[in-house]
Amino acid sequence: MPGEIGIMALKSAFLVFLLLTACAYMTLLERRMLGRFQVRIGPNRVGPFGLLQPLADGIKLLVKEDFVPRGADLLVYWLAPGLSMVTALLVYAVIPFGPEVRIFGREVPLYLADVNVGILLVLAISSLGVYGIVLGGWSANNKYALLGSLRSTAQLISYELALGLAVISVVLQAGSLSLVEIVKAQERVWFVVTQPVAFLLFFIAGVAETNRSPFDLPEAEHELIAGYHIEYGGFKFAMYYVAEYINVVTMSALAVTLFWGGWHGPWLPAPLWFLLKVFGFVSVFIWIRATLPRVRYDQLMALGWKVLVPLGVANVLATAVVMVLPKGM
Amino acid sequence: MEPVLFGILSVAALAGGVGVIASRNPVHSAIALLAVLWSLAVLYFLLLAPFVAVLQIFLYAGAILVLFLFVIMLVHGHPLAHTGEKLVWQRPLAVVLSALLVLFLSYASIHGLTSPRASPGENFGTVQEVGRALFTTYLLPFELASVILLVAIVAAVVLGKPVPRGAETLPRPPREERPLIPAGTREGKA
Repeated sequence: MPGEIGIMALKSAFLVFLLLTACAYMTLLERRMLGRFQVRIGPNRVGPFGLLQPLADGIKLLVKEDFVPRGADLLVYWLAPGLSMVTALLVYAVIPFGPEVRIFGREVPLYLADVNVGILLVLAISSLGVYGIVLGGWSANNKYALLGSLRSTAQLISYELALGLAVISVVLQAGSLSLVEIVKAQERVWFVVTQPVAFLLFFIAGVAETNRSPFDLPEAEHELIAGYHIEYGGFKFAMYYVAEYINVVTMSALAVTLFWGGWHGPWLPAPLWFLLKVFGFVSVFIWIRATLPRVRYDQLMALGWKVLVPLGVANVLATAVVMVLPKGM
Repeated sequence: MEPVLFGILSVAALAGGVGVIASRNPVHSAIALLAVLWSLAVLYFLLLAPFVAVLQIFLYAGAILVLFLFVIMLVHGHPLAHTGEKLVWQRPLAVVLSALLVLFLSYASIHGLTSPRASPGENFGTVQEVGRALFTTYLLPFELASVILLVAIVAAVVLGKPVPRGAETLPRPPREERPLIPAGTREGKA
């Protein structure tokens, strides 16, 4: 038993390290890719190809002056960014990177936990991400921050529905809520083939859930200065920033797990396939940011409630009927 | 392992409960309530009920408490929110109700300690088991609850519908009674 806890702790520490490093380099990837999309070069001064840029940014944020706005609610002001980051990291407890592998003669599964309510747990924890944003916007005692956090909350709650409906179709087809079982069910056919509508729904809602362009209204600069994190600087700001990037990786990992066959793929080892697919999705996220203009707030709400939700319900109904029909006949 | 976790979680839940009623700031109360809900959810996990645990986080922490926070943030700092009500008859009532609760709880604990242990079934607490129970044994209450929820949704849509211009039948509230965004209202106190 202590040995198992030790392995668990090792895996968790490795995963957190991996995620934080990946997020640091995602900022570089994003800036370089945006540079290419906009026909400029992007940051390339710090180290070869700008590879030390994330390190420089991190040091800069760490040594920055730590300020607190006047009239801020101190406890909540400090708590909110941490809450954002912890909820973002917690999801990775149930995301499978690969099947069991043999390391030093022991069967080690490449996931932390295979809970039989896996996907529900992911959705539940990501629904807690709202707290970091709401509390951060409120505690800073700034009307733009509050407006940003209110917008963001409304957006997150609305698009969670569409996201959930897309997930239900996949769960119906896989017959399990466990993410490991869902990946195993895609051994022959990936669910993106059988559930294209659900995938589109999931992806659109996923972009909205991560507050990314074209749905980055909570931080619309010209309306709200910066949104819920205006009054945050230094490392507290960095925590919000990292949380956002972790959420992008989470959405990509979920899209891969639910629709693109998880670790399945020919020739290459399983975890490598998983990472490659996730990398592909992260790049698409950045590509979308470089391509599409921001939508208006009423357009965002109308799209969520009048298009995505009805479409999701119809898709769940259709999936259920198709699943039951062959057995009935 | 389990007794240790149980100890930590129950202390956290109790501390959160005290925090809810002890803190002066309603937002702090809401955060304390979040701690209570979270510890309870992990306790459900310990009790082999993962589905209930996840629903606890999903519904209570993820949806209902967010709604609470919304209301607190928009109304807090508004003059009507601080009427200085003294809670005259609520206090004795609270004492009576608390005494009743303690009585119930002690009866339940003594009863639970003396009666033989019930062993959970193979699939106890899984989604499949809960779903089967909802759609067979408890079908009528389940459907009734869904109808009530539907009524509430329809009512919310009707209430939230904007009144068309020139056809205002309801008297508009006077300007100072509408909820204000409290930004800057706390500056005076700081």
